[in-house]
Amino acid sequence: MSAREDILSNVRRSLGVSGIDAPRRASVEARLAAHARGIAPQRGQGDAAARLKMFVEQAQAVATSIAHAADVNEAPAQIAEFLRAHNLPAHLRMGDDARLRNLAWGAASLEISYGPSAGDDLNSVSFAEAGVAETGTLALVSGAHNPTTLNFLPDNHIVILRASDIEADYEAVWARLRERYGAGIMPRTVNLVTGPSRSADIEQKLLLGAHGPRRLHVVIVGD
Amino acid sequence: MTAYPTSPQFRENARAALADGQLQKALGNVRTNFIAKRAAVADRLPEFEALRDQARDLRDHVLAHLDVYLEAYERKVIESGGHVHWARTAEEASRIIVDLAKSRGARSVAKGKSMVSEEIGLNAALERAGIKAVETDLGEYIIQLRGEAPSHIIAPAVHLNQEDVEAEFRRVHTWLPKDRDLSEPESLLAEARAELRAKFLAADIGVTGANFLVAETGTSIIVTNEGNGDLSQILPRVHVVVASIEKIVPTLEDAAGLLRVLARSATGQEMSVYTTLSTGPRRADDLDGPQEYHVVLVDNGRSNMLGSEFEEMLRCIRCGACMNHCPVYHAVGGHAYGWVYPGPMGAVLTPSLIGVDKAGHLPNASTFCGRCESVCPVRIPLPKLMRHWREREFERHLSPAVSRAGLGLWAFFARRPALYRFVTGLTIRALAWAARGKGRFKSLPLASGWTAQRDLPAPQGQTFQAQWKAQQAKQRKRS
Repeated sequence: MSAREDILSNVRRSLGVSGIDAPRRASVEARLAAHARGIAPQRGQGDAAARLKMFVEQAQAVATSIAHAADVNEAPAQIAEFLRAHNLPAHLRMGDDARLRNLAWGAASLEISYGPSAGDDLNSVSFAEAGVAETGTLALVSGAHNPTTLNFLPDNHIVILRASDIEADYEAVWARLRERYGAGIMPRTVNLVTGPSRSADIEQKLLLGAHGPRRLHVVIVGD
Repeated sequence: MTAYPTSPQFRENARAALADGQLQKALGNVRTNFIAKRAAVADRLPEFEALRDQARDLRDHVLAHLDVYLEAYERKVIESGGHVHWARTAEEASRIIVDLAKSRGARSVAKGKSMVSEEIGLNAALERAGIKAVETDLGEYIIQLRGEAPSHIIAPAVHLNQEDVEAEFRRVHTWLPKDRDLSEPESLLAEARAELRAKFLAADIGVTGANFLVAETGTSIIVTNEGNGDLSQILPRVHVVVASIEKIVPTLEDAAGLLRVLARSATGQEMSVYTTLSTGPRRADDLDGPQEYHVVLVDNGRSNMLGSEFEEMLRCIRCGACMNHCPVYHAVGGHAYGWVYPGPMGAVLTPSLIGVDKAGHLPNASTFCGRCESVCPVRIPLPKLMRHWREREFERHLSPAVSRAGLGLWAFFARRPALYRFVTGLTIRALAWAARGKGRFKSLPLASGWTAQRDLPAPQGQTFQAQWKAQQAKQRKRS
């Protein structure tokens, strides 16, 4: 017997079930199809203003820095300001997301390059799929628009998040993914990011910037 | 890697650990940090206890339908362009990964943190095939340099102090200037980051574990704080996920429920920094990510635990809360347990996986205080399971002659209540008299094994039964 058959038949023997038990299979299929929501913390629920407030509070608690822009066209100036404040070069790496590409970066004196990172970029910018209020988490999806390497290799990761994309909980992000990619289908990578990279492996002392970005800066657009 | 397993020498290991001043200093960090952080974050979430109940019920549901979920999961991985390999044993799992690496002409492998890869001895197997495996989690990197095994499932280098790390980096990173300043933890982290960045970029294959495997979508989920698990899987050409069969969850919603108790129980964070959902290889329009995606499903004894009195152990989501709260772990650290999984979860799991003949000491290394069960996010009755192992050990005549003789002696008196009361009363009065004024014993004849590490509190002068009787009499008088 193959390893696969051996393992499955041993599981069934231990459970005292057969592989052709139709009601058992049906109950699993039904559960997968229903993907019912479980308990979600009350703290993330509430109207858009409450979600925005909770997102900011939670994100700042894990050392994410936050800036607000009334309009997405103000984002380049906000980002230039952030780079200046931290004495960083006025250069950004980004994917080919039209929502980013069409902004007036030049007017903010920012130099732009496009594509994934090979490890030599200091600053990157991504457009978030969504935010999650309950823990101040960003949801980023892979693709040519926002390549995953941009979330990890640069020292400073800047993310633009529309206030209207701040959801209550992770379940709401799953719903968006199903809407966009189809039920049971996922993009290659979904990153839920909650703060800049960190490690406490040396004497439990919390240090930022372990392998991923040392800084995570979110520009929230709209209100 | 140390010679595995040394669980049969638990007593000797524990004695050495208690005498190790450096280790005792490092263990102080476990006692203070983990416990306070978990308590604070649990207090902040009113739904926490209900989430623990939900997590327990979900894990039980999965285990009862594991065969069907495994098949559903496999189908979705294949649909998304990935490959699924099944491994009955540790050797089979390692061989699958080594063969994969060889057939792709791989010379180096970047590894995210994975306890099951420790269990299957993957690094040694790759090493034997001439392939360099680099651990990329900071703690794992440090202990790999030192040739040690992890001493904690989520904080592998928790047994070390900052000076130990500095000494190791100076010993190994000989190409860096000798007079560099490594006096701060920040400088140690910066050095490891720079060294490992080059290794990520050079690796041909990335190996990660999985916290959860989602049947609904064929997705593997990893949870890290450093981002090393992500660099390990998006930079190399091939991503190999190694995971044990019980890691399955039905849906993304179920994963969300478990994520809410995982980080809080483990590190006391509301959420770990990086929760990454990976499904298949890179898509046609992706500009980065792996070109191949493989999952190795490892049984290695777990299918035999199903339906047994140890099935509840398979609920475990590897948060480490049980060891963080364990007085025995606090005293001896993780290495004393002698194999991959330390603390209360290790005391139950290790005998299941390597045999009670080798690991019988571990379930005995418990005070049965119950703190592990009280913090377990999936409510595994760890003390009960440890008791099951003690029973099995006794049935199989594996317990030492002295404890069997002692138990026999106790049984002799226990069957003769009058004699029992007389003898215990006499002993207690004698002990109370011997300790008069001091209240405790620094040493006792025949009990030096106990008193070498702590004092024995002296009895107050009356047996429990006598005190109970007096108490009852008092209450009767009152009512």
